[in-house]
Amino acid sequence: MTHAAELPAWAAWCVALLLLLGAGITLIGSLGMLRLDGFYQRAHAPTLGTTLGTAFICGASMLCFSLLASRPLLHEVLILGFVTITTPVTLMLLVRAALFRDTAEGHIDDIVRRAKQTPGDEELR
Amino acid sequence: MTRLLPFPLISLCLLAMWLWLSQSLSLGPILLGSLFALMGGWLLRLLQSDADRVRNPSAIIQLAGLVLIDVIRSNIAVGSIILGGQRNNITSGFVDIPLDLRSRQGLAVLACIITSTPGTLWVNFTRETGVLQLHVLDLVDESEWVERIKGRYERRLLEIFE
Repeated sequence: MTHAAELPAWAAWCVALLLLLGAGITLIGSLGMLRLDGFYQRAHAPTLGTTLGTAFICGASMLCFSLLASRPLLHEVLILGFVTITTPVTLMLLVRAALFRDTAEGHIDDIVRRAKQTPGDEELR
Repeated sequence: MTRLLPFPLISLCLLAMWLWLSQSLSLGPILLGSLFALMGGWLLRLLQSDADRVRNPSAIIQLAGLVLIDVIRSNIAVGSIILGGQRNNITSGFVDIPLDLRSRQGLAVLACIITSTPGTLWVNFTRETGVLQLHVLDLVDESEWVERIKGRYERRLLEIFE
């Protein structure tokens, strides 16, 4: 399936545009890791890549290979599904680990104190 | 029926996924996929015995549409925060949201929605009090977020799962 030259010009443009959009959005997300401030803000940035970034790149792949094979090839939709299901696990682990560390080390500003005001966590304060 | 196929809908989805991945409808993939679908159902029964009935398909479609719009909107919002010069002026913080939703499947879907929307992070959920804690990147008004999570997502999830 390395016959990219067989794509009609309009399709090649569409595929390239989708691919660049997806890559660009993922790049902006990665840039956010650098430019935002503090752990909790930085943790927001990569979700750009896992949502619209992945969606555009999968769209480009679906369009390209469906046109080359002259029938719909849509298994990239499954990639989107799996990414959506698995991202919360990693993000939640990271955020809760950070929250635990901030509390244990005594960096308790107003924000984190409110975070720990749940029953059973009283002794942590 | 219940012993062999404890979760018929989930097993059907697993089979569909397998056939989708192998891109064929011949006998081999169907047999192998059925085997995985059956085993998936059995494994799930070991993990949890309470399966919620999924109902109200129109609410599912509504929710999917809302989430799609919100994901696109918040991608643009977070992208412009990162690229723009405003990023030192934003206040981010934690929001507490009291939830009525207790279904584990519903909460899992809510977690997927919240993490898939850039700008919001799921931090903590306390089952005893039902308080969900979020971290919001651009926090202007807390009550607006409570309204958004409860009114837009939780109401429909309650219709689907409870």
